[in-house]
Amino acid sequence: MTSSLAPSFVDIKDLRLGDARALLEHGATVTLPDSREHPTEFVQQVIDGLCELSLKDPLTGLANRRHFLSVLDREIDGVARSGEPALLLMLDIDHFKSINDSHGHLAGDKVLQAVARCLARCIRPMDSVARYGGEEFAVVLPNCLVSVGEAVAERIRMTVESLTIAVGPTTHVKATISIGGAYAPAWVRSTAPLWIERADNLLYQAKARGRNRACIDHQQAIAVSAEEKNLLFGHLALGEPAWLERVAAEPGGGGTSAVKP
Amino acid sequence: MSEKLQTGDSLPAAEPQVPLTPHGKVMAVTSGKGGVGKTFVSANLAAALAKRGQKVLVLDADLGLANLDVVLNLYPKVTLHDVFSGKSKLEEAIIQAPGGFSVLLAGSGMVEYSRLTPEIRADFLRIIEGLIPHYDVVLLDTGAGISDVVLFAVSLASVVLVVATPEPTSLTDAYATIKVLANQQKRENIHMVINQTARLGDGRAITGQLQQVLDRFVVTEPGRGVRLVHLADIPADPSVRQAVMRRQLLMQTLPGCPAALAVAQLARKIEETLIPGGR
Repeated sequence: MTSSLAPSFVDIKDLRLGDARALLEHGATVTLPDSREHPTEFVQQVIDGLCELSLKDPLTGLANRRHFLSVLDREIDGVARSGEPALLLMLDIDHFKSINDSHGHLAGDKVLQAVARCLARCIRPMDSVARYGGEEFAVVLPNCLVSVGEAVAERIRMTVESLTIAVGPTTHVKATISIGGAYAPAWVRSTAPLWIERADNLLYQAKARGRNRACIDHQQAIAVSAEEKNLLFGHLALGEPAWLERVAAEPGGGGTSAVKP
Repeated sequence: MSEKLQTGDSLPAAEPQVPLTPHGKVMAVTSGKGGVGKTFVSANLAAALAKRGQKVLVLDADLGLANLDVVLNLYPKVTLHDVFSGKSKLEEAIIQAPGGFSVLLAGSGMVEYSRLTPEIRADFLRIIEGLIPHYDVVLLDTGAGISDVVLFAVSLASVVLVVATPEPTSLTDAYATIKVLANQQKRENIHMVINQTARLGDGRAITGQLQQVLDRFVVTEPGRGVRLVHLADIPADPSVRQAVMRRQLLMQTLPGCPAALAVAQLARKIEETLIPGGR
């Protein structure tokens, strides 16, 4: 944190950056600047590159599980603060093992990549998609209305179903996914493990019901509507029962309008 | 809204996050909104029940942000935190409060337990089950809001006391809490304590109002709604503030004031109707 006060305490020559450099230049995905001419840029790019590597799944290019968990924690904070509904989808490729078994692991990798690309295309810029592990993916959709959750999941499911994935020069396979989805409890600070557990249970259910389908949990749609609020204390405004007169008149009593007995 | 709430039926997986395992004698005090006197009610009710000869323990179930220590002015060396972490035995963490009842305080280290894992649930359950044989009443003073921890603590109780004040914000949050409890835990009875009422009968009117809205919007199963039982009005009383600022129990410092009398009456009613084997 004191870097601005003591800018030259670290000599780049003293740092062992060989491994990091090799890691980043592997496959020539990154071209690092000259470490002697532009030491700051060099170190910055090494750091950026390593961060990127540590957050990405190498096979699919999606966020990895680590990155996803931090996104999920941030989303839980957002939901607790804003009360906006957020949907978590857990997606799993159906019968993935049999694809591997009959076409080989390279084919399996191709399917994973194709599904990953497809998922990335299906979502909005504010959504996050990650490879959660194996053939399981996760999508978090902030500010996703409870009424549209099912349609979103269904659209993703159908888009994957429509794919024809080339796994060899003449071989094509079809893949389907099962989806479990759960909303974060609005205005409640839940935890990432609990949220994932709920979505996972629904994914399990989608599998049990025959796969290639989505099961979404609406249970968290518990909030107090304007109509309910109006009934709860709407008579404040009408000055109806005597008990509310004084409440409304008290400072901080929260009366919405003046009460005339 | 009511239509959305009923969709749970068509989705077998939409199980409550917390299975209900109510224990007789265990009573949860909750509120939805913070600052409505939840801990005040817990502590003073415990004192009033103790005075009536009941053996009472108050457990600080607000694991993250406990306040019971502040209200009672107690800072024990051993807390629930040490029991959870295996450093101390349960007996060592139980201390005597000034009002003649026992308390089990969470301790500030409990913040890490506000993330409710299956292991923590199991530990918590074990602790409660260990306490039950030794007390007539175990009061769980829960945190504000409707977090997983609060819902879990409430799920352990056979009796739920919801504390609310007549303010619209408090009513809304109490209503939301009751709604969640009715839906997730299929609670049929919820007991109401209306705090800081302006005049006699206000509390009953508020409970009635809440009941009307619940009947209309919360249907758990056809023909079986949630029933609110009005237990007490605690009148707005400047003595309460005095006692709280001095960090003393109202039941001890000013037992004759209107609020203390109301709490004493609440204790009598609870003893007569809610404590198994009560007199």
